[in-house]
Amino acid sequence: MNETPKPIAGTASYLDDRLGAGSFLKRNLRKVFPDHWSFLLGEIALYSFIILLLTGTFLTFWFKPSMQHVIYDGSYQPLVGVGMSEAYASTLHISFEVRGGLLIRQMHHWAALLFVAGMTVHMLRVFFTGAYRKPRELNWIIGVLLLTLALAEGLTGYSLPDDLLSGAGLRITEGVAISIPVVGTYITFFLFGGEYPGEDVISRFYSLHILLIPGILLALISAHMVLMWVQKHTQMPGPGRTEHNVVGAPFYPAFMAKAGAYFLFTFACIAGLGTFAQINPIWLFGPYTPADISAGSQPDWYMGFLEGALRLMPSWEINFLDHTVPLSVLIPALVPMGIIMTGLAVYPFAEQWITGDRREHHLADRPRNAPVRTAIGMSGVTFYGILWLMGANDWISAYFHIGLYETTIIGRFAIFIGPAIAYWVTYRICLGLQRRDQDILSHGVESGVIKRLPHGEYIEVHVPPAEDIAEHMRGKKEIPIVPGDEDKDGIPPKGVRGPIGKLRAKASKFYGTDHVPLDGHGHDGHDEHAAVGASDKPRELH
Amino acid sequence: MIGTGISVNSITARRRRHPLARLAVVALALGLLGGGYAAAAPSDSTADAAVASGKADDVAEGKSLFVAHCASCHGLNAEGTSMAPPLVGVGAASVDFQVSSGRMPAADPAAQVPRKPLAEWVTPEAINQLAAYVQSLGGGPTRPTADMVDPSKGDPAKGGELFRANCIQCHNFVGAGGGLTYGKYAPNLNPATPEQIYEAMITGPQAMPVFNDSIITPEQKRDMIAYITQVRGQTDPGGFGLGRIGPVTEGLVAWIAGISFMSLAAIWITAKKRKRTSK
Repeated sequence: MNETPKPIAGTASYLDDRLGAGSFLKRNLRKVFPDHWSFLLGEIALYSFIILLLTGTFLTFWFKPSMQHVIYDGSYQPLVGVGMSEAYASTLHISFEVRGGLLIRQMHHWAALLFVAGMTVHMLRVFFTGAYRKPRELNWIIGVLLLTLALAEGLTGYSLPDDLLSGAGLRITEGVAISIPVVGTYITFFLFGGEYPGEDVISRFYSLHILLIPGILLALISAHMVLMWVQKHTQMPGPGRTEHNVVGAPFYPAFMAKAGAYFLFTFACIAGLGTFAQINPIWLFGPYTPADISAGSQPDWYMGFLEGALRLMPSWEINFLDHTVPLSVLIPALVPMGIIMTGLAVYPFAEQWITGDRREHHLADRPRNAPVRTAIGMSGVTFYGILWLMGANDWISAYFHIGLYETTIIGRFAIFIGPAIAYWVTYRICLGLQRRDQDILSHGVESGVIKRLPHGEYIEVHVPPAEDIAEHMRGKKEIPIVPGDEDKDGIPPKGVRGPIGKLRAKASKFYGTDHVPLDGHGHDGHDEHAAVGASDKPRELH
Repeated sequence: MIGTGISVNSITARRRRHPLARLAVVALALGLLGGGYAAAAPSDSTADAAVASGKADDVAEGKSLFVAHCASCHGLNAEGTSMAPPLVGVGAASVDFQVSSGRMPAADPAAQVPRKPLAEWVTPEAINQLAAYVQSLGGGPTRPTADMVDPSKGDPAKGGELFRANCIQCHNFVGAGGGLTYGKYAPNLNPATPEQIYEAMITGPQAMPVFNDSIITPEQKRDMIAYITQVRGQTDPGGFGLGRIGPVTEGLVAWIAGISFMSLAAIWITAKKRKRTSK
């Protein structure tokens, strides 16, 4: 029973002798992974990527990346006899004549939407739990690069069928390129091989989409995973969890089963959407001609924030020495993207500079316990969300009967006011949640048992919180503050001198000050109640 | 003087120099010109009215319908008021479009009058009578014949190209409509009958421009109707159409259905049985 059958043992030792895989596997198969549902969100992107590679390969068997003009003669009646590019015709062929072609095309497109959405939710999880902190800053940068590349991969991908909707996106791409001062014209002619739209852009986008960008994505995803593996996953605070251990299940068999199941869930989700929900019906859009444009033209969701920025922007331009700098295109194309991507990339380093925190962090923060970070994050989410919403302002106008101009004007104010309100509201909610934690730790939780005291007063019996929940709450860590007090000679410590240093000291105090310390006695002044943990039996408190 | 002919010979030179002579000559010339034109000019309006209605009865019936349902805004003689435009010259096509789609009589003079269910008195006969009356007022575009709007006689592929070149800027690829400025909008084309689509093109209701027969020929209009009706009638080959409006609803589905489903799956996979603390 305990003996391994010879064919297996023989093969295994043959491979082991040559690859040295045994010790590697022994070390790594037992690797412990912490358990929290939000830790799986990044896997949505990983598995979607695998599905994208597989379905994408299928599509390349029939897709013709050519702008050669052809007359359609396929099975979709309303387009028979219409002139179009070979790319569009071959996409129609995949949709209507290749067996399973439409399903695979739809799965590919849904997987692309989920790929970026999975990355986004994963990134939000990492941000709000502070999992980007030392030693994981570089992996965070890789993540930001992945997200940026995913946008480029999406843009080059949905442009390929050369339909009227994606053509609108291509035209905007051209508009952005040509609006760049001095070199814009050259870049545009280089990209399109001459005057827009030219005859080259589809085949060039095809090379980028199926070769270059996925290659870089694959390499960066591998690096992302290896770094995660080597540095170990962060864990939420809880009983027995420290900065020096990982509490969870071993990779083999427990985590492997979970990850495998989650891949199947992702596959089911994408296959289900591909089967039941029509996506990118290019036959309805028609072939691209630069002369035509449709109402309600939007890019895929992950480009929506750029579309919204373009729609919100007033028509400003600078005319200087017979040259025009179209700010109405340049600013929306570069500024929001710059704010979001650059902001994400520098955040770990900015936070480190402000807090002076050089420690390693393997325990994740609960978002409420870093209220300034959480508020900044929500403010960014609101900024992005308003731009995103405004990308669909014509549908909002048509469906909710609001004038188109009104949506634009509201958006122009909201883009500045919204993030400020979100900051303030989130900050207050975080402090409120911290007070709640403090309250539970010092007063216990309501047990539901109502007791009548001899003198007639009714009270509810409070009991201590469950141990794991209490530990989770006690996992709150202080945020360091750079010392900014002047010494007795009136000289501030190193690092906070000069105007920038003073700003740093101020920011640090603002960022790190703990307004609701866990061991405080709450804000309600009921100091006469002893902490629950002080005695063995449940205390009766009100 | 030269143009007035015989009368010049019969009067003396002295009389010709009379101060009123010039006025008399001008008056005579104008009278001749005007009378001649009146006799020679084609009587458009009456001919159109006859084509549109066939019967003088319809015009009379239409007028009484008009007085009952339309005159409060458009004026007793369709001369228009501060609330609504005059209807002289808008033609039978306009009446049929507005009334058969429920837009008129309007419930509320907003930026744009929406399509709505028909009132009880609005029958095909009543629309005919109203149309005959309005046509009799000053002509205008007449209603298309059944043959002119028959989708089966049009070429949908040609119509699709015209549709994409002329209509989708406002009405969207699939005729889903779209928002316009100041509360106006391009309506969804799905509820529009072939006849209404044709009439909209020749009359240019509300915010819509006129696409007359010199811009888009009647045959081309029929091709466009063929495209619109064929595409809106087709079954979506890819599953639920999601309103067919493209990335906005697709993005919503990816997030609301996709990410929610995946989050629930993650919660389910990582769920632990809670240890019971009491007992």
